[in-house]
Amino acid sequence: MFTFLHKYASPQYFYSWSANWQKWSSVIAVLLMSVGLYYSLLNSPADYQQGETVRIMYVHVPAAWLSMFTYMVMAAAAIVALIWRIKVAEIMIGQCAFIGASFTALALITGMLWGKPMWGAYWVWDARLTSELVLLFLYFGVIALSGAFEDERTGARAAAILTLVGIVNIPIIHYSVEWWNTLHQGPTVSKFDSPSAHPSMLIPLLLMALAYKAYFFALLFKRARAELIFRERNTSWVKALLKESV
Amino acid sequence: MNEFFHMGGYAFYVWASYGLTAGVLLANLIFATMRRRRILQLIQELTEED
Repeated sequence: MFTFLHKYASPQYFYSWSANWQKWSSVIAVLLMSVGLYYSLLNSPADYQQGETVRIMYVHVPAAWLSMFTYMVMAAAAIVALIWRIKVAEIMIGQCAFIGASFTALALITGMLWGKPMWGAYWVWDARLTSELVLLFLYFGVIALSGAFEDERTGARAAAILTLVGIVNIPIIHYSVEWWNTLHQGPTVSKFDSPSAHPSMLIPLLLMALAYKAYFFALLFKRARAELIFRERNTSWVKALLKESV
Repeated sequence: MNEFFHMGGYAFYVWASYGLTAGVLLANLIFATMRRRRILQLIQELTEED
């Protein structure tokens, strides 16, 4: 495990293999997004109660899932960064926080745009909404901490610790709709028995969710690679790399 | 076609959601690209100082 990790996470090796990963996840993201949008907007039924607003689900739910998925990736990077002090993992924390914050904000805003016509209010202090808002502030905290130290490695360690403390919020978000009797609807997809959404709505939802995930990885690699060559600018492999490309 | 844009009377909510989603996806891409360019530029400046 240790040697494996060190090989794949060595800055130079990471920079070379992640190029392909970035490329292919971009391609997959564009393909899935095109098909997903076709289903979400054109080839799926209106809901018998919610009418056409159900289409908001196909951009809202994947954003909310991604906001939590990103946090899990960030937490994994935090653990690796704290235990093995791997540079690539340290960089990932800050990059995840930026992407995560943007998708958390998107989940909240599209949720408001869905809440207004269906619940009659843009915002209610419902447990799901509140815990998702806490997630946004956690991301802001991680961003602020990563940049708060002169030494970026110290910043990464501080951000990693905050990430691991904040992970307690993830199950709270997930179970909030079951623990508290609130306005936000319960889960329809991740139930242990068969999901209660009809395939005609489940297909566009899952396509969009996968498209968001692929997009996330494409973006994460793009950001991490750029940050990596900045932090490693004084090493011989980056100097050789830049000389080659200029 | 008009019916499609009308979204059963919920046009504002549906299209605002999709518009903002497109906005977030694009903004992320633009920020990442700008940041990469800025980093390459910074490295250039830093090495020239040496």
